[in-house]
Amino acid sequence: MREQGIGASVRRKEDQRFLLGKGRYTGDINVAGQTHAYFLRSPHAHAVIEGIDASAAAAAPGVVAVLTGDDLAADGIGPLICGVTVTSDDGEPHRAPPHPALAQGKVNYVGDHVAIVIAETLTQAQDAAELVDVKYRPLPAVSSTGEAAGEGQQQIHDVAPNNVCFNWPFGDKAANDEAFASAHRISSIELTNNRMVTNPMEPRAALGEYNSGTEEITLHMTTQNPHVHRLVLAAFNQLAPEHKLRVVGPDVGGGFGAKIFVYAEELVVGWACRKVNRPVKWTGDRSEAFMADAHGRDHVSRAEMALDENGRFLAMRVQTTANLGAYLSTFSTMVPSYLYAFLLAGQYATPLIYSEVKAVFTNTAPVDASRGAGRPEATYLLERLVDVCAADMDLDPAEIRRRNFIPKDAFPYQTPVVQCYDSGDYEAALDQAMELADYAGFAARAEEAKSRGKLRGIGFSSYVEACGIAPSAAVGQLGGGVGLWESAQVRFNPTGNVQVFTGTHSHGQGHETTFAQLVCDQLGVPFENIEVIHGDTARTQFGMGTYGSRSLAVGGVAIAKACDKLIAKGRKIAAHAMEAAEGDIEFADGNYTVAGTDKSMNIAEVAFTAYVPHNYPEGVEPGFDENAFFDPMNFSFPAGTHICEVEVDPDTGEVEIADYTAVDDFGKLVNPMIVEGQVHGGIVHGIGQALLEGCRYDSEGQLVTASFMDYAMPRADNAPDFRIGYAPTDPPHNPLGVKGCGEAGAIGAPPAVINAIANAIGARHVEMPATPETVWRACQSAA
Amino acid sequence: MKIDLTVNGQAASGEVEARTLLVDFLREQLRLTGTHVGCDTSQCGACVVMVDGKSVKSCTMLAAMAGGCDVTTIEGLANGAELHPMQQAFMDNHGLQCGFCTPGMVMSGLDIVNRHGRELDAATVRRELNGNICRCTGYQNIVKSIREGARAMGD
Repeated sequence: MREQGIGASVRRKEDQRFLLGKGRYTGDINVAGQTHAYFLRSPHAHAVIEGIDASAAAAAPGVVAVLTGDDLAADGIGPLICGVTVTSDDGEPHRAPPHPALAQGKVNYVGDHVAIVIAETLTQAQDAAELVDVKYRPLPAVSSTGEAAGEGQQQIHDVAPNNVCFNWPFGDKAANDEAFASAHRISSIELTNNRMVTNPMEPRAALGEYNSGTEEITLHMTTQNPHVHRLVLAAFNQLAPEHKLRVVGPDVGGGFGAKIFVYAEELVVGWACRKVNRPVKWTGDRSEAFMADAHGRDHVSRAEMALDENGRFLAMRVQTTANLGAYLSTFSTMVPSYLYAFLLAGQYATPLIYSEVKAVFTNTAPVDASRGAGRPEATYLLERLVDVCAADMDLDPAEIRRRNFIPKDAFPYQTPVVQCYDSGDYEAALDQAMELADYAGFAARAEEAKSRGKLRGIGFSSYVEACGIAPSAAVGQLGGGVGLWESAQVRFNPTGNVQVFTGTHSHGQGHETTFAQLVCDQLGVPFENIEVIHGDTARTQFGMGTYGSRSLAVGGVAIAKACDKLIAKGRKIAAHAMEAAEGDIEFADGNYTVAGTDKSMNIAEVAFTAYVPHNYPEGVEPGFDENAFFDPMNFSFPAGTHICEVEVDPDTGEVEIADYTAVDDFGKLVNPMIVEGQVHGGIVHGIGQALLEGCRYDSEGQLVTASFMDYAMPRADNAPDFRIGYAPTDPPHNPLGVKGCGEAGAIGAPPAVINAIANAIGARHVEMPATPETVWRACQSAA
Repeated sequence: MKIDLTVNGQAASGEVEARTLLVDFLREQLRLTGTHVGCDTSQCGACVVMVDGKSVKSCTMLAAMAGGCDVTTIEGLANGAELHPMQQAFMDNHGLQCGFCTPGMVMSGLDIVNRHGRELDAATVRRELNGNICRCTGYQNIVKSIREGARAMGD
């Protein structure tokens, strides 16, 4: 292993600038002549707009323009699109209502965009926005996920009768019913998966600049995927032709999914800067993030498991209603369908799985992918159901899992729900987790807690997820409008240092470090001589960006392939220079050597020769700069077992996470320090969902949890230090042997926590977030 | 109104409105953009700076109130490229990911050292970080960074 190559916990290249306060986030960027934008938003969940009088606002001090949906429509901009088709049970595509970037005649959720006010200063824009006179005629609102499609509900969109976006059954219902009919026992559970606000710490922002000389728009913005943003804004929103639009995602303060999507604000800012022919800057505040970022989760489900007399799973059936909000966000339809139902097998060899997903519209913010996206919902449902099965069969929760695991010699394993798992050893992770967590000593710890008046419980969660998104052909078959390969370009400069251009985007994951380690390892170039560049459509080749824990598993492989091409080209150049046959040249540790001799040339010398090709092999192009694309052959399937121990105070319902163990299979680790950081963050995200976070709208569609004072984010004292272990297997489909690690914690943690609480208080189920009130009430009914 | 103050050891002045927040003055007028704004309810702590040696959420203070004060921001800690021991500890312990909450975490870490000394137990640090939110790290490495940074400040 090279000191700073694969497997080393190298300190991050990113950190120096962030620690010095020299990061450059979108809101930090200011340009000459810039104006400031403020979005006027709907205070109503559902209303007809009978008129907008912006004359007083337009005349207010400093105001440059007030623009509405009519202006946007007149310029032919928008509407916003959803890029994945799900076929409903009537054979028709999902219902897709119009989604204008600025409201046209109607608003459908609190925070919906009504107008943009542009002024010399932000305070002038805010002051003027109060002068815009919007005549609303309020309509009844729909905010309940479970009731949205029910009888007599207010209809939100003409194109979606009963507020249904799609009904999507999947699996062999008849065979499933048959298995249930002959089952020894049927266990069932009903639960909600609580709605989350993703809340990366940097709110969204955009700065649009238009150059009337080149007719080019430059849009700095908070994005996880600059090229995808450019593509959609150009091809579907008519903002500008792709070659006249530059999208830059500079430093981005976290994403977790929320910055994947094409939102109204960034599109409108891009359009408005051309309209007013001045730079326009919008910096969202946290209230806007709560109102208008795409939210996550929000399912209501019922699940049943058919068991034989030994506690083996025979069949599972699931009914889920998923709330998609008022409009379809960019990838919303795929989250409760393909990213959910295809993960319902989990780690188990359940032969039959049948699911029905009903996706509904409500007068709430759009719902889309959020850290884990569909997989946390599937895992939570399944792992809660497994614990209920264990209770019903009077089996230890570890034992029922072990009995039903897909055995390690069964890989590759074709699940009944499309996915074919390529590698895994679920018992190894379970065993290691039980040892790290000292499962054997739990009874004594519970006894000791009892002496202090506390109820101590233990909970398991054995998850599998599909990430490394995604094989393009599979995406196409499922109705996705894109390919999900990744690109890389690895360029030697004549002086021997290396620039790596990746189509992924780093917003906390540390790609500048991890990818440099890959190149350092493969090319033998010193780590400090490697720079990773991402996030600017004018600097990097087309790429698909970062989400679904795909950057290393897909983007990293593209980088490795580009390095392979460089090594191969360099072999020809070195052979010529050292007057040897190409077949006699060996490459190792950055040096080309003539086999069996001490003649050698460093790759930096080869690069220089390629740029100054005075003595050069015939037929070889000058230059030392290669690009590569990688389209994965399969998803990657990280898996693991998490074990949580809680202590519940039965008098107050307060829950303390007393201990937490995570043993994961991420394949090969490139930078263990970074991987562990991703695991920590994911687990706390999951603990947040389990104990604290719950986005609530009232019956009139007002957002009740609209700030950090009402919506409880996990803080430093909500979690202990974690016990972390790894049980890696080698994924045969991934040339680097890597899997993804960014979402695992958020997927594994919620059921581990809730299973522990249920175990502590002897309840069959406790809903998330398990606030003290919820837990106290559960204690009362359990007692 | 005009204000005069000291920022990171240097005299600074500016024309502000009565309603201008200290964080906006630092970011927009002095272009010290290392101090971040992560919320609008004084909950997240991304904007923590030192004012006369005490940590302050600079979104809770009017710029006018900082007249005559000595303000230190994240930009004022390092000696050129040489990081302050607290900054170095964050780098060494992977105490940051996206970097957005980091300036506030580092400043709060320094304030914890000021009030609790250099030998810090994890529970104290976790409790004292109640006013700082991070979505990336899960806090474990931030706690570790602050404890180690505190110890290193004595070296």
